[in-house]
Amino acid sequence: MSGDPILLFEDVTKVYPLPAGDVVALDHVSLTVEPGEFIAVMGPSGSGKSTLLNMMGCLDVPTAGKIYLSGQEISRMSDDDLTRLRRDRIGFVFQQFNLIPLLSAIENVEFPIVLTTGREESRRRAIEVMRAMHLDDALFSHRPGELSGGEQQRVAIARALVNDPDLLLCDEPTGNLDTKTGTAIMDLLAAENREGKTIVMVTHDPRIAGYARRTIRIVDGRLA
Amino acid sequence: MIFLDLAVRNLKRHKVRSVLATVGIIIGVIAIASLGIMGSSLSALVGGLISDVSDTVLVTPHLAASSGDPFDPRNTLPARISGRNLGLIEKAAGQHRVIPMILATERLQVRDTGGYVTMYVVPADDIPFLLQEEAGIYPQGRSSGVMVGSLLADELDLHPGSRIDVGGESVRVVGIAAERGMGIDINPDYALIVTEDWYTERHGDQDYSRVVVKVSDLSEIEGVKAAIDQQINRRKEVVDVLDSREILEIYYETFDAINIFLLGIGAVSLLVASVSILNVMIISVTERTGEIGLMRSIGARRQEVLVMFLYESLILGIAGSLVGGIISITVGYYVSATVAEFFTGFAVSGGAGVPISVVIGYVVFGMAFGTVTSILAGFYPAWKAARLNPIEALRYE
Repeated sequence: MSGDPILLFEDVTKVYPLPAGDVVALDHVSLTVEPGEFIAVMGPSGSGKSTLLNMMGCLDVPTAGKIYLSGQEISRMSDDDLTRLRRDRIGFVFQQFNLIPLLSAIENVEFPIVLTTGREESRRRAIEVMRAMHLDDALFSHRPGELSGGEQQRVAIARALVNDPDLLLCDEPTGNLDTKTGTAIMDLLAAENREGKTIVMVTHDPRIAGYARRTIRIVDGRLA
Repeated sequence: MIFLDLAVRNLKRHKVRSVLATVGIIIGVIAIASLGIMGSSLSALVGGLISDVSDTVLVTPHLAASSGDPFDPRNTLPARISGRNLGLIEKAAGQHRVIPMILATERLQVRDTGGYVTMYVVPADDIPFLLQEEAGIYPQGRSSGVMVGSLLADELDLHPGSRIDVGGESVRVVGIAAERGMGIDINPDYALIVTEDWYTERHGDQDYSRVVVKVSDLSEIEGVKAAIDQQINRRKEVVDVLDSREILEIYYETFDAINIFLLGIGAVSLLVASVSILNVMIISVTERTGEIGLMRSIGARRQEVLVMFLYESLILGIAGSLVGGIISITVGYYVSATVAEFFTGFAVSGGAGVPISVVIGYVVFGMAFGTVTSILAGFYPAWKAARLNPIEALRYE
């Protein structure tokens, strides 16, 4: 698989049928994400950024065209196969952190791998990633509600990295954080990228986009 | 296991809601188990009241319409079986003992109390085949002694040797019949038993109200019945021929129906409980839509989400069933004890209790029913949760 792009979009179109008429969210988009890239996706709201990110994350499949994730074509995969890809190959970081409130910080981080791996191994791996995110050991057993926004986002990043994904997808990762905390989070992501992690990040903020090495602009479902 | 963990934690997060849903199941399980136990204590007690006279074939005048139930009020019609037909019955019955009897009513006066009583008129020789004596002797031939049923004797404080007034004539009590319970042939506990000779001397020859055939070998019952039917009912229906097993069956059918009805009431209360579980689970799924979307997007499969919610309803069901089961064993015992007390006060000695295996059977049935309905109630919400589109669920606020 070496040399293959992580992601390959071939003429991808996504149409949402609505009663008021079809909405074309993505219009014949082709793009490639190579291993080790750090890409910012920018564009006005409603331009198709989220749709693009959802497809990269195997949450959605195209209406037409083909998407290859590490060489595998995903557009005809079953829901279960797509879920497995998300679990094993992809890390998600959301604007709202989206931690599971019923689980402690460390259990949140474990979640994706505990589904496939023994508890002990999962715990060991979770601790390793959380420490790499500069999270204090004392916070591990806290519930998400007891953590600050910055801490929650670090836990979320740890969760996204715990399965050692091929691709880390971030949707406005600093959108809910103050500037200082946001900068710290971006530093963490940049550090991950320097170590070889491939990252695609959606953002409004040109300053945040500055951390990326390449920026894709999208307007009305087309790459600009 | 993490999904079981999540289910438990979610139930704990909404303690009051979970407890209330469980209470519904508890009540349902108790209802099913205790109504079931009550139903079977009823039938056990009534079964105890009906004395088992399985060796008996009963021949009664044919009724135009009858339920076949010996306690059917239509059976008290003053219809008779003629002496000629008695002869035919005797012929058909062969070596089996044929006991003709007349049911009469006489006024009884004992000291300052009195009133009408049932009187069984039976040939003197046959009385020992029908009744056990508790005290004294059986009435003999033409002598003026009468026998008194055990409960009537208790009530009026009669003993062998007591004098009573029957139809205006003073007679001596010679024997007390042992308690027998209700039977399909005769119910002597509150009655007088006199010899046929004594009766005909006073009232003249009469036809018989019913004829009892005591069959010495149970396997011959069908044959005897068929022979009697052959002999008498060839041209037109003159008599009805019944054996006690048939009649007991009618009873057990009736009580089975009551049992099913009682269980039905219990089942309805469990259904109500399952609706409350359904409600709680739907609320839970709606509240957790975002969480479900997140789990799905980071790798939880549909099936895993389904299982997580099924765990919730399973836990509610098992918890409710366990508590309900424990309570209903206690309640069940109390209920059957009360019913037994009520009945023993009324009629029969030695209250027929419900065997422990039946109690446990109904409790287990109630618990199984409770658990299964809970799982069924959880299925729709769980399925709904599993079908959620992760993108839309994530966006849900």
